[in-house]
Amino acid sequence: MLSVKSSRALTSSRIGERALLPALVLVVAILSLLPLARIAIEAVMQGGAFSLEPLRRALGSPATWTATRNSLETAIGGTILSALIGGVMALLIGLSDIRGRNALVFCFVLPLMIAPQVTALAWLQLFGPSSPLLGAVGLAPPLGARNPLYSRGGVIALLGLQYAPLLFLTLRAGLRALPRELIEAARAAGAGRWTILRTIVLPLMRPSLIAGVALCFVSCLGNFGIPAFLGIPANYLVLPTLIYQRIAGMGPAVLSEVAVLSILIGAIAMLGVMAQFAFAERRDARIITTSSRAQPMELGRWRLPIEAALWLATLLVIALPLLALVMTSLTPALGVPLNAGTATLKNYAFVMFEHDASRRAFRNSFGLSLAAALLIVVIAAPLAYFIVWRRLRALRVLNALIELPYAMPGVVMSIAAILLFLRPLPLLGVSIYNTVWIILFAYLARFLVLGLRPVISGYQQLDRAVEEAAQVAGARLPKRLVSVITPLVAPAAAAGALLVFLTAFNELTVSALLWSSGAETLGVVVFSFEQGGDSGYASAIAALTVLVTILLMLLTLLMARRLPQGVLPWRD
Amino acid sequence: MAGLSVERLVKLFGAHRALDDVSLEVRDGEFIAVLGPSGCGKTTLLRLIAGFDAPDDGAIAIDGRVMSSAAVRVPPEERRIGIVFQNYALWPHMSVRENVAYALKIARVPEPDLTRRVDAALDLVGLTGFGERRPAALSGGQRQRVALARCLVAEPSLVLLDEPLANLDVHLRAAMEEEFSRFHARTGRTMIYITHDQAEAMALADRIAVMDNGRLLQLASPSQLYREPADATVARFIGQGMVLPVERVARDGEGRARGQVFGAAITARCGRENAPAASAQICVRPRDIAIAAGDDGFAATVSHLVYQGGRYRVEARPDADPSLALRLDVDEPTTLSAGQAIRLRLGDGWILPG
Repeated sequence: MLSVKSSRALTSSRIGERALLPALVLVVAILSLLPLARIAIEAVMQGGAFSLEPLRRALGSPATWTATRNSLETAIGGTILSALIGGVMALLIGLSDIRGRNALVFCFVLPLMIAPQVTALAWLQLFGPSSPLLGAVGLAPPLGARNPLYSRGGVIALLGLQYAPLLFLTLRAGLRALPRELIEAARAAGAGRWTILRTIVLPLMRPSLIAGVALCFVSCLGNFGIPAFLGIPANYLVLPTLIYQRIAGMGPAVLSEVAVLSILIGAIAMLGVMAQFAFAERRDARIITTSSRAQPMELGRWRLPIEAALWLATLLVIALPLLALVMTSLTPALGVPLNAGTATLKNYAFVMFEHDASRRAFRNSFGLSLAAALLIVVIAAPLAYFIVWRRLRALRVLNALIELPYAMPGVVMSIAAILLFLRPLPLLGVSIYNTVWIILFAYLARFLVLGLRPVISGYQQLDRAVEEAAQVAGARLPKRLVSVITPLVAPAAAAGALLVFLTAFNELTVSALLWSSGAETLGVVVFSFEQGGDSGYASAIAALTVLVTILLMLLTLLMARRLPQGVLPWRD
Repeated sequence: MAGLSVERLVKLFGAHRALDDVSLEVRDGEFIAVLGPSGCGKTTLLRLIAGFDAPDDGAIAIDGRVMSSAAVRVPPEERRIGIVFQNYALWPHMSVRENVAYALKIARVPEPDLTRRVDAALDLVGLTGFGERRPAALSGGQRQRVALARCLVAEPSLVLLDEPLANLDVHLRAAMEEEFSRFHARTGRTMIYITHDQAEAMALADRIAVMDNGRLLQLASPSQLYREPADATVARFIGQGMVLPVERVARDGEGRARGQVFGAAITARCGRENAPAASAQICVRPRDIAIAAGDDGFAATVSHLVYQGGRYRVEARPDADPSLALRLDVDEPTTLSAGQAIRLRLGDGWILPG
């Protein structure tokens, strides 16, 4: 009797799975696997037939190897810089008794949430000859002088600042899991704080450090906005900007060739990720005990100076460029000194009300980001359920697959989307190429993992008994998902949606290659204004996106208490 | 090796007094158990002695040297203490040997000496041959021993143990208890042992410090704690004591007293000090209560029986005050049942001072 009953319960829950699970797998396959497969095929096809010609042409060009070398230089340089900045910051915030950490973390993580092209633009305004800020103190370079940031050093410096929060966040998460007794045991054994750092903390943090470094490397490598704004004017091309120039200059004719280039950059990114696993598995540093978080180490008389230095550095790095950006956006024309008399809002009026493309861009970016955020949550909520609670082996592979489009540099996804949709969709006969829909597809594929991760951690913190109680009460899977599970993971899902929205809202990498007239995004408009020399307009749009970003980040802090810890990167 | 002196220690967490005027004198080589329910402040006391936290008032001295006070704050790394945490806190990235050798390396002990001392420490806890293992590859009891070896290898002046047996299963706990005892005898170190388990404290300690609500209620040998609790809280906490009112107390000044409990005459033990109070409280244990014959003792009603294997734990309520519950043991077989009227007699008791 008992066995009959339980087997019936099993079948009824399987029915829900039968419909839902394959649908999810199909969606993920289309979003994650299909684009990458398509690009791989293109690299060895020419006009529908197998050919090594694209490979030969791409790999035979000296420009390819220059760009590869530049990509490696900037990625490695940027990674080292961000590891140093983020590492020191994480150790100070995670281990010391520094005050005001929530505010500090918010400010420190801010650069990560601001679009790279906006960061680049802001720093350009700060250091350029027409810098209103440096001009105000008489330090501006002479007019006509080259902006010192148009260089390899500039690219590396800004990449380092942009991604320092990534290393900070991974290391911080690792430190959170470090039981305080491990440190206290070392103190009782007579070790001072530097010895503890060297012999206990850093060895135990190796996995986090390696993961953070790999993340920084992949992000620096795939970044488009910074090398586009700082590198292109200096003719210093990295792989993403090389791909962009080829496509922008020659159109779809060079698709096979740039497919090879994007595979090249994808391969470098994967090498970075593989190196992480190779390093991480050499020694077992799993933490076997659990306990409360580490007791803060007292900085004593150094506390005030360190706090002051941190705040000063944070403000310099964040506030000054943003201030320069806002000042440029208020300047009526290039070279006009900014003061109470000359300041004007006409740049804002122009981009918001007069200029057609930028008006469309506001609408498109809002709409696309919102749509991507909502759709991704709808996919992620049931998907995370199967990944976390059903623990199906096949889903673990799926989970890794979802990571892939985000781990890959953004241009790879753009090229893949072009290849997929250049011709009309099979069966339907409609083409989404040159419309906003191709951008939406790329957003969904690339940012799915951003929405999925918070939902997964939401499920991990829920007791599965809540679902089993509903099951015992007779609710089938779809009903349980809607009535019991979704409300409980809703806060985490909302956080995921927000991350997707902010990232999509601020991105340029994907849409730079996919935009068309009528389907512009904010990133694209900022980019083209700046390329056309209209820094005032570019700064006005950039300042508005920063405002929206910061407002949304602050808004989420209001619901922070209901979220699993660590879901909002900008909250300590 | 050294004694420990804790003087009027106060620790505040916000408005909460986690430690409230705690004083403690520990003799050189003594094994002290600090006993109390969770949240009583015992772990806070340990962390203050170790130097992980600073007191808000009061002082701590180890071997006569002031470690914590208003003016002095010696960091933990300079206190020469050994500590065993409840979760052992072994460093997962080091082998057993590396874990044990850590303190010696910090102290720059030269090589042949270092190996010899690590070997000796591993031998002492019975883990010779386990040196190259990782903590993750050890059982709970073995991890516990590594933690012990690690804390002893540097010959600390004072060993602090924070509920070291709490994470072990019952069988292992009994075995480890014996080992701690032997271990203390062999090393002769001063030990402060935090626990919430009174059987553990009684089995191990020379003296037990009972804490509650941040205050030290009594510091005494296990036997004295059981026989002569200092107040009603200790009396109830230790050995399932019951506290009853006693009237017309007459003390003989030599540790005996007469009085009346629920109208029945009793004789009991009391302090030698001459307290004038005629009414007081008496602490009795289940084994002090017996069923009386005839008109002896006082009237009570059985409220329920719990079978405990070979005997019953009987709960009865005195007719004079049914709000009090008395517990006594009755061998099986018995004719008692719930609701039955009986008479009870007190064979012994301790009149609480004050």
